[in-house]
Amino acid sequence: MRNISLVFKREFAAYFATPLAYIFIVIFLALAGVLTFRLGGFLGREQADLVPFFEFHPWLYLFLVPALSMRLWAEERRLGTIELFLTLPISMTEAVVGKFLAAWAFTATAVALTFPMWLTVNYLGNPDNGVILASYMGSLLMAGAYLAVGSMISALTKNQVIAFVVTTSVCFILTLAGSPTVLEFFSSWAPANVVQAIGNFGFLPHFQSIQRGVIDLRDLIFFGSVIIVALIANAIIVDWRKAF
Amino acid sequence: MPVFSEQNRTEDMTQILSIQGLTKTFGSKKVVDDVSFDVGTGEVLGFLGPNGAGKSTTMKMIVGFLTPTSGTAIVHGHDVSRDPLAVKASVGYLPEGAPAYPDMTPLAFLGFIAGVRGFDGAERRARVERVVEMTRIQEVSRQPIETLSKGFKRRVGLAQSLLHDPDILILDEPTDGLDPNQKQVVRDLIRDMGKEKCIVISTHILEEVDAVCTRAMIIASGKVMADASPAELKAQSGSGDLDEVFRKVTANA
Repeated sequence: MRNISLVFKREFAAYFATPLAYIFIVIFLALAGVLTFRLGGFLGREQADLVPFFEFHPWLYLFLVPALSMRLWAEERRLGTIELFLTLPISMTEAVVGKFLAAWAFTATAVALTFPMWLTVNYLGNPDNGVILASYMGSLLMAGAYLAVGSMISALTKNQVIAFVVTTSVCFILTLAGSPTVLEFFSSWAPANVVQAIGNFGFLPHFQSIQRGVIDLRDLIFFGSVIIVALIANAIIVDWRKAF
Repeated sequence: MPVFSEQNRTEDMTQILSIQGLTKTFGSKKVVDDVSFDVGTGEVLGFLGPNGAGKSTTMKMIVGFLTPTSGTAIVHGHDVSRDPLAVKASVGYLPEGAPAYPDMTPLAFLGFIAGVRGFDGAERRARVERVVEMTRIQEVSRQPIETLSKGFKRRVGLAQSLLHDPDILILDEPTDGLDPNQKQVVRDLIRDMGKEKCIVISTHILEEVDAVCTRAMIIASGKVMADASPAELKAQSGSGDLDEVFRKVTANA
């Protein structure tokens, strides 16, 4: 725990050492606002809920989360600090978890700063705040899944741009795996249970059910498993490729 | 022409670092080939060798960064392949190029490492202050590492390896990129610490071996070609010139 917290603090502070943190937060908030009010028609719907706001979260994360995860391991590799980092008395689990939690906490900070949206909807009407809380939790859990996948991919390269592009692509597929487009593509030739398995792997359906205010244990377990599996793979990749 | 010391020099010393048949292959290339040696307290061992001889790879295996293909290193009684964390806790290591986080100041960086090494509060501050003084980096301790000269960066890396006052120091090219005055500072420091520690340094500067090492090991193509005191090595050549011995020993490798 002690080492996780030390790694966490260093990584979290590293985001704020460059303008990245501020740029990220400003762009995240601006895009969230534009999407909610313009594309989502937040005001025109005349409904006191935050559906148009949360609806766009997967798409926001798709481009912004890889920007946070890309540096986690690729930068250590490029700077050569990975050799220092991994010869300190820190276990691989502590190293991977500490870095992941820092990126996740940073994302949570950005998401928390969207609170004026929540204030607005409470000022304009009487929304179901339970649903909104569930949506926030679901959104964060989904961000964690994107981040864990991004951290794993970051461990494969010393080039942050490659890490960004590959993470975005993989997350795009993961997001849409449950959508009709993807399912139709597979259902024409793949067996039904395979199609169903692919469908279950999509981030969107799991997020949408949480967003409706239904906290189904299966959805929580889904995102939790994605995070855990990606982080285990992350540790294996770091160990395997650290010499290169 | 391999050169080995007549007597087994380390018999009467405490063996705290023991390398046993260390071998590393990358693909089909043997980078380190069955290297064995022991080092005791009070020794400063200099790894000499041409670039790509396997010096850094050997060091990386000793500190548990790379996994050996075969063989192992025993550090303070801990086998690095079985208990890497115990080895990492007891060794001070300066990786090649002295990597450090560029956005941190030396104080923040050393504070982080000291924390990981298990020190908190006043103890942490005292440890950091001590190594900052030892390596003479006071004047730059509050500016980001990325703004430092190569010499200062190297000393920040050295400072980092000394925080927990380890008995064993593994320093990969500790004086590379330093100007003559800075070199002198670092060499004095190593020689001083060498009296009560076990230090392994790598270098391709022969005069450095003369200046700080009690024992020199010439490595070429992953093999130990010579292992003797600098004086013994020099005696091997007619002219008493280390360069000549180095060239002879590594010529056929």
